[in-house]
Amino acid sequence: MKKRVTLLKEFTKGLWEINPTFKQILGMCPTLAVTVSAINGIAMALATTFVLFFSSLLISLIRKWIPNQVRIASYIVIIATFVTIVDLVMKAQFVELSKALGPFIPLIVVNCIILGRAEAFASKNNPLRSMLDALGNGAGFLISLFVLGSIREIIGSRTILGYQVMPNGFEPWLIMILPAGAFLTLGLLMGLANLYTERKKNLEREALIAQYKRVGREEITDEVLKEAGV
Amino acid sequence: METTTTIEPKQKVYFDLTTSPHLHSKWTTSKVMWFVVAALVPSIAAALTFFGWTQIFIIITAVVFAVGTEVSIQVIRKKQITWFDGSAALTGLLLALTLPPNFSLSATAIGSVVAIGLGKQIFGGLGYNIFNPALVGRAFLQAAFPVQITTWLKPNFAVDSVTSATPLAAFKFDKIFTDTVPMAIGNVGGSLGETSAIAVLIGGILLIAVGIVNWRIPLSMILGMFLFGGMFWLINPQNPTPIFHIFAGSFLFGAMFMATDWVTSPITNKGMWVFGLGISLVLVVIRIYGGLPEGVMYSILFMNGFVPLINRYTRPTIFGAVKEEKKK
Repeated sequence: MKKRVTLLKEFTKGLWEINPTFKQILGMCPTLAVTVSAINGIAMALATTFVLFFSSLLISLIRKWIPNQVRIASYIVIIATFVTIVDLVMKAQFVELSKALGPFIPLIVVNCIILGRAEAFASKNNPLRSMLDALGNGAGFLISLFVLGSIREIIGSRTILGYQVMPNGFEPWLIMILPAGAFLTLGLLMGLANLYTERKKNLEREALIAQYKRVGREEITDEVLKEAGV
Repeated sequence: METTTTIEPKQKVYFDLTTSPHLHSKWTTSKVMWFVVAALVPSIAAALTFFGWTQIFIIITAVVFAVGTEVSIQVIRKKQITWFDGSAALTGLLLALTLPPNFSLSATAIGSVVAIGLGKQIFGGLGYNIFNPALVGRAFLQAAFPVQITTWLKPNFAVDSVTSATPLAAFKFDKIFTDTVPMAIGNVGGSLGETSAIAVLIGGILLIAVGIVNWRIPLSMILGMFLFGGMFWLINPQNPTPIFHIFAGSFLFGAMFMATDWVTSPITNKGMWVFGLGISLVLVVIRIYGGLPEGVMYSILFMNGFVPLINRYTRPTIFGAVKEEKKK
């Protein structure tokens, strides 16, 4: 049986539980490539969120008419439409950012977060839920890109969002604005995220076992624990 | 009535899981590590002689931060604390000896933390790391502070006003060849421990003699240098001779102390030959065609990545096994 998910949950799950970067591990290419600075990360995430939101909405609206055999092609066409809009708007209004992000804006077309949410969520759920899901995932993507970009910008060029935060005596680590720095930072952050999840799960598990012992239930089998979702 | 007795263990049985090999040997980890440290004494002495005694601070900083990182990570991860086995101290020492003289102490500390933290402990500690930790630390510093790490100091006894560039940099950018004799003694620009070929050889031969270092790796690297370096030299005499290749830069230091790291080198004899020859080939290509003058670090790290593959393909036949017939 399908569990009832509240509308709020559809939004908030994207922030952490299924965070695109740290939990679904999707969209790694822009994540690693553009997070040289915090502002680039924000811009990339906002552009992705825009495309994600509208393509999820549209795909969800027409999900019953898309033949199963050509669904991926249909999604790509829809996504590409919105990516073109973003690309042209950025080229017209934010020239600097557009140059900094380079080919990664057009590449949103094949960003697996968008295709992933379309395939896994929007094609099976109603438009309202799809919109919330898209916003949640976009926000989660924004958070992770901002964190990653900030760390790399602070250590790699002493600034955050263009404001200097580290003293002049601090020698910037050039590696942090090179691709190697992206891999190192992302790997360490992901390790921390996994550690946190694991600790939390263990605590929940122990709490459940303690609860079972209190009410005097003898058998605490793996099946029982699995059913409780811990 | 049937009675069954169940034997209940009074105590939990703990299995002590450690990494292979499980063969007993008179060489314990700590003995080996401290012996290698002892073998590095000539190199340290040479470094202090040629670049001034203040260089000792780089070495001290590197060792202290390496050990400190090891202990703090083990405390955080609630693992057994093993700083006294000397492996962390050795990593710090090796890292310090690959750094240029007068390198900033704060950057040295960063290198040590990265070497132990990202190069070793993140994989699970001693015996689990894929890449040589000291070289990981140095590669990090090379990428983080490219200017600082290629700023060389003129050695103390420089007879003429030869620039402070390393012999390899002099060759790469100005096509100047340095004589072999100063390179062998160590009176040239370069990283702390690498310049004096004689000091490195004393330590290396000592390690080979007591059986800590397997002679196949250094020998195959040197032979590989004659083979590949000689090949390029024969094709174009503008390229450095194999002798220059061997004495310049950190080739010998890498061959004796870096490539022979037990954890990150192949375990089979045949594999060691492949490993050593591979390092030489990659190194010659980097030195002749690469953008950087020196490539010992990258070539060793590169071949470290192939070690599991080399081990797999050079696995010796099981005793008594018959060679499989070729399938038709």
